Amino acid sequence: MTDDMVQLLTPSGEVTDAARLPDPDTQRHLYRLMRRARHFDERAWVLYRTGRMGVFPPYGGMEASQVGTAAALTHEDWLFPTYRDTGAALTYGLPIPQTIAYWRTSPHGWAMPENLKVLPFYIPIATQYPHAVGAALAEARRGTSNVAMAFIGDGGSSEGDFHEALNFAGALNAPCVFILQNNGWAISVPTRAQTKATNLSRRADGYGIPGVRVDGNDVLATYVVTREAVERARRGEGPTLIETVTYRVKPHTVADDPSRYRTADDTAGWDEKDPVVRLRTHLLAQGHLTEEQDAEIVREIEAEFEAALAEADAYPEPTPAEIVNHVFAEPTPALRRQRAELLAEEGQ
Amino acid sequence: MTAPATPTVTALRTMTMVAAINDALALALERDPDVHIFGEDVGIMGGVFRATDGLQARFGTDRVFDTPLAEAGIVGMGIGMGLAGLKPVAEIQFAGFLYPALDQILSHLGRYRHRTRSRYHLPMVVRAPYGGGVHTPEQHADSPEAILAHTPGVKVVIPSTPRDAKGLLLAAIEDPDPVFFFEAIKLYRSVKEEVPEGHYTIPLGQARVVTEGDDVTVICYGGMVEVAQKAADAARAHGIGVEVIDLRTLVPLDTGTILTSVQKTGRVIVVTEAPRTGGFHSEISATIAEEAIDFLRAPIVRVTGFDAPYPPFTSIEDAYRPNPVRVAKAIRKVMAY
Ligand SMILES: Cc1ncc(C[n+]2csc(CCOP(=O)(O)OP(=O)(O)O)c2C)c(N)n1
Repeated sequence: MTDDMVQLLTPSGEVTDAARLPDPDTQRHLYRLMRRARHFDERAWVLYRTGRMGVFPPYGGMEASQVGTAAALTHEDWLFPTYRDTGAALTYGLPIPQTIAYWRTSPHGWAMPENLKVLPFYIPIATQYPHAVGAALAEARRGTSNVAMAFIGDGGSSEGDFHEALNFAGALNAPCVFILQNNGWAISVPTRAQTKATNLSRRADGYGIPGVRVDGNDVLATYVVTREAVERARRGEGPTLIETVTYRVKPHTVADDPSRYRTADDTAGWDEKDPVVRLRTHLLAQGHLTEEQDAEIVREIEAEFEAALAEADAYPEPTPAEIVNHVFAEPTPALRRQRAELLAEEGQ
Repeated sequence: MTAPATPTVTALRTMTMVAAINDALALALERDPDVHIFGEDVGIMGGVFRATDGLQARFGTDRVFDTPLAEAGIVGMGIGMGLAGLKPVAEIQFAGFLYPALDQILSHLGRYRHRTRSRYHLPMVVRAPYGGGVHTPEQHADSPEAILAHTPGVKVVIPSTPRDAKGLLLAAIEDPDPVFFFEAIKLYRSVKEEVPEGHYTIPLGQARVVTEGDDVTVICYGGMVEVAQKAADAARAHGIGVEVIDLRTLVPLDTGTILTSVQKTGRVIVVTEAPRTGGFHSEISATIAEEAIDFLRAPIVRVTGFDAPYPPFTSIEDAYRPNPVRVAKAIRKVMAY
């Protein structure tokens, strides 16, 4: 294991390792997914400011870290995203109307589609990592080649659950792909204050599983590395930890004020590493994309989002009785009484 | 019991609850070099609610520091600090994120004195914002106080005013045993009152009679006190005398104040925003049933949250949390019995 970081494309869009590049169609596909993820992030901010979205943790600037990884999955595989990973969930296939509803705090965003194996965004840190191990193990026990992918932040990798999950996955050879998005911050705490470790992928060493460090702003690299980890897991060769080295350019949430804890210097240079611009530069230079095609992609994405927003706007508002629904398959007598209380209040 | 003399109190200053908490923490750091404050984002950021604002700048990064993001580590490390003679004051960012630390709390924090026959004890305080009413995301509005109150060996304090918050927090920090200090997020900035400057304490285990009345006793704490007060004011306009009791501490529980009031009014309502089944309100109801059943003129009524996770659905959140209308309805019910 070395400290080297896998990178296929430099920030200015030059290829460093042509042999490992995915084919042009895949590159264009990843580009489209990143644009789509970015569009959601940008629109979410605007909707928040106009009171049409709840508190939202932005991921703008981290698209390569989320898109390149989640794009390596099929709908037979599992996705366990944190609140930061809307981009990964959209890439995996979570429908945009539901995703909007989730961040609008509408119960319509909580009902996960039957045809996907994705869980709602996890708010408590690290708690879903062991779940991913269990889901992966269940797939293996059933004899499928499906895998589970879980996300975590650099801060989250301090929690006990993270370490227990890695150890379990290694010991039980669970087909898990652990994505550790090192975006430099856990709210106000920089990674250097979070841990003395300077290469978080090496945490895998302690559990006897492979750890890979990848440029988290290079979507071709995150995709290739993740594909390899997914294939390993499918072959029954066990889990991998992938550290995507990226940066949280935006605030922790749309309601956070990072000027309290970081300076402009801290963020300097990261805009130039923008993952979307990087791939775009490369695709245009290689002739894999024309300006017209690019404009067309953006138009399609915008139209898709506006249609999805209209669909989300049409979801009916929940009524208070919704509070006590879905607690048990069969409501307890106490819950039935409580539901009646809520209905009576509504009737007043 | 009376409050100890408070010679260093000089003047009064109008403060929010979060400012009063900050003031108490600063005083504790100033008075006792053993006091150390730590947790997630408590340092340069001053906490997500700014309760530790400015403390790191004033007292240095040894006394006030950010920890890695790991609640079990925060409480577990605090236990070791306490064993070795420091006074750890930890912050858990939201009470709903206390759960990863429950092993340390249930297995150790409450047991050290008992399992070492008092050779070791843990003078630790764990502060945690709790409760709803401000439209926070999922799991940011939990009220887990009953879990802690059910843990032998730990005390539970929940203030409802800035003045109480300061005096109770200083008492908690000076207490020789572990204390959980829950701070209602809803009250952090919404209430202001005159708070004595300088050091004073409010003893743990003394409830406060907020308003006196002869007809109904409403027992509550933390974020529910202002809700009960509003309902009491409305009832008074209709000639019903409501005695509102703010428990201030659940452990130790001031049963004296509760029973005295119940003997006077004979009608009891208990209000919390925690789920109904198995909550601390049930403990209060059971205590009254055991000690004062002969005085009751109506069944005890609980006004609580629901047996469901606290809803993150903004448009219906307010239907979860007890409001003055619900308490008023309970008042009518016990009066009409
Ligand atoms: C168990 C738990 N503790 C604390 C929090 C509060 N909190 C929310 S986000 C966050 C920082 C997370 O940082 P990191 O894991 O690096 O992920 P990022 O937000 O940078 O994506 C904290 C402390 C929480 N959600 N869950």
